[in-house]
Amino acid sequence: MAAASPALADPHHYLATQIRWRRIEVVFWLSTLLPFVLTPDYLVLGSQIAVTALFALSLDLILGYAGIISLGHAAFFGFGAYTAGLIAKWGWGEPITGLAIAGAAAGLLGYLMSFVISRFRHLALIMITLGFGLLLLEAANSASWLTGGADGLQGVRMWPLLGAFKFDLWGVTAYWYALIVLFLLFLVARRITNSPFGLSLRGIRENAVRMRAIGAESRPHIRKIYTISAVMAGVAGAVLTQTTETVSLGVLDFQRSADILVILILGGAGRLYGGLVGAIIYLIARDQFSGINPQYWYFPIGVLLIIVVLFLPNGILGGLAQLIYSERGQRWFGWLTAPLRRERKS
Amino acid sequence: MLTTRGLDKSFGSLVVARDIAISLPQGVRYALIGPNGAGKTTLINLMTGMLRADGGQIVLGGEDITALGPEERVRRGLVRTFQINSLFPHLTPLEAVTLAICERERIARTWWKNTADYRAAVDEAYGVLKSLSLGAVCYRQTHELAYGQQRLLEIALALATKPKVLLLDEPAAGVPREESSELFTAINNLSQDITILFIEHDMELVFRLASRIIVMVGGSILLEGTPDEIAADPRVREVYLGGAHG
Repeated sequence: MAAASPALADPHHYLATQIRWRRIEVVFWLSTLLPFVLTPDYLVLGSQIAVTALFALSLDLILGYAGIISLGHAAFFGFGAYTAGLIAKWGWGEPITGLAIAGAAAGLLGYLMSFVISRFRHLALIMITLGFGLLLLEAANSASWLTGGADGLQGVRMWPLLGAFKFDLWGVTAYWYALIVLFLLFLVARRITNSPFGLSLRGIRENAVRMRAIGAESRPHIRKIYTISAVMAGVAGAVLTQTTETVSLGVLDFQRSADILVILILGGAGRLYGGLVGAIIYLIARDQFSGINPQYWYFPIGVLLIIVVLFLPNGILGGLAQLIYSERGQRWFGWLTAPLRRERKS
Repeated sequence: MLTTRGLDKSFGSLVVARDIAISLPQGVRYALIGPNGAGKTTLINLMTGMLRADGGQIVLGGEDITALGPEERVRRGLVRTFQINSLFPHLTPLEAVTLAICERERIARTWWKNTADYRAAVDEAYGVLKSLSLGAVCYRQTHELAYGQQRLLEIALALATKPKVLLLDEPAAGVPREESSELFTAINNLSQDITILFIEHDMELVFRLASRIIVMVGGSILLEGTPDEIAADPRVREVYLGGAHG
């Protein structure tokens, strides 16, 4: 996938180029601001997309990078959502500290869970994560004195963000808030994937046996990334709670775990932006299709999925990358994928 | 450097290693030969801890490592390569070797700094790759490399761990004969401090490169000696020429 560049001889230059911000990334992030101007009626959807993108990003870190499959990632999303909701319900409605506490709570749960996760791979992991997700869902369902059960958690009142910005009905604050949280955690994820730790994760994904043969212990790495991923998923859930001021059992639903997996694979796993692009396309498609036909909107989604998997096995981003990094693609779009000018003298 | 005493291993009633006792002094190049199914790869698996021995002892540089897992043995300098390529297909060779170095230097847990900031590790990785003539292809993904280059990368990954004892399981497996000679030249040029044990079927290469040869048959060591001794031994002739193998 590496584009040929003239100064191939120097490994430092090569690695530095690999991690530099590209023009297309700047374009992408700037365009996330467009809804404020172009589609102000859709800011609520926008914040949902940002939340889902963050959730997909958290899954990408374990699935796309470390190769750890999960069919129960909603457990951490939901745990964060309920934690944030309960904190606000019990009288502390300050969003940012609430977010931090919810993330920490989900991270703790993820840390405990990681001791089990790091011992298994493949099919066993699907079963374990699936079971764990169902377990948590039913726990929340039965503890209705705490969670409100099937009626959802009522009485979540958020204080204004930074004491100044109220969460309004049109979702202006919600979108800002969700977008900033997404961007900050994206920066963290980007740093992780470019670090030696991120390199080891990719090594685990590519060949766990060989990792042992070069003296690397995979389990501590897996425990760490699983915990980080759980924090991010929990924060995503918390943002959803805070921006909607309600929590329903749906945050823990199996459907949510399955959807996020679909979104990530649709967008392209292991590329950071895959989950983001997947979330945008999936949620907009769902919004549009359900507008056309509220009853059978999963039908076109199914068609979309089959088409993507048949023709773009590496997801939408994987297909785009193949196109852009082809010879003709570079002639047309090379300027977009070129790194920003920032030659460091050293 | 590496000593085994009385290593035993069986799968059910099938004995794959019987009372294996070998001793590899530092810097010596050993060849491990024997007919198919003699237990050569099993022996490497036992020594590196990929398989647990039923009995016996493995000592590396004076330290008993019998109870240690494969990772800890690698960290102490006992490293292997694989007969069938076991690489990281979607990493570039530069990334893969840097990964091995980062793990060795215990910087692999760092997530808040870029890999590129560890210039010494990157330089070392590039150096290892260049020494095995992989410098020109080290920015391409591993699965795009020619087969012979992938065999070299097997060795590069092992070298990145700074081995004291290197166990090469058929390093030239599947490589055409003209190229395998090059590959063994590269192996021969490795630092003389490294003890090397390699499995190889091509007797010409074995006799050219090994200073000592171990012959295994049916899970046991038949004999050990210099190439001349082995060539002259009637039992080896029996195994290779008279047996089912020929």
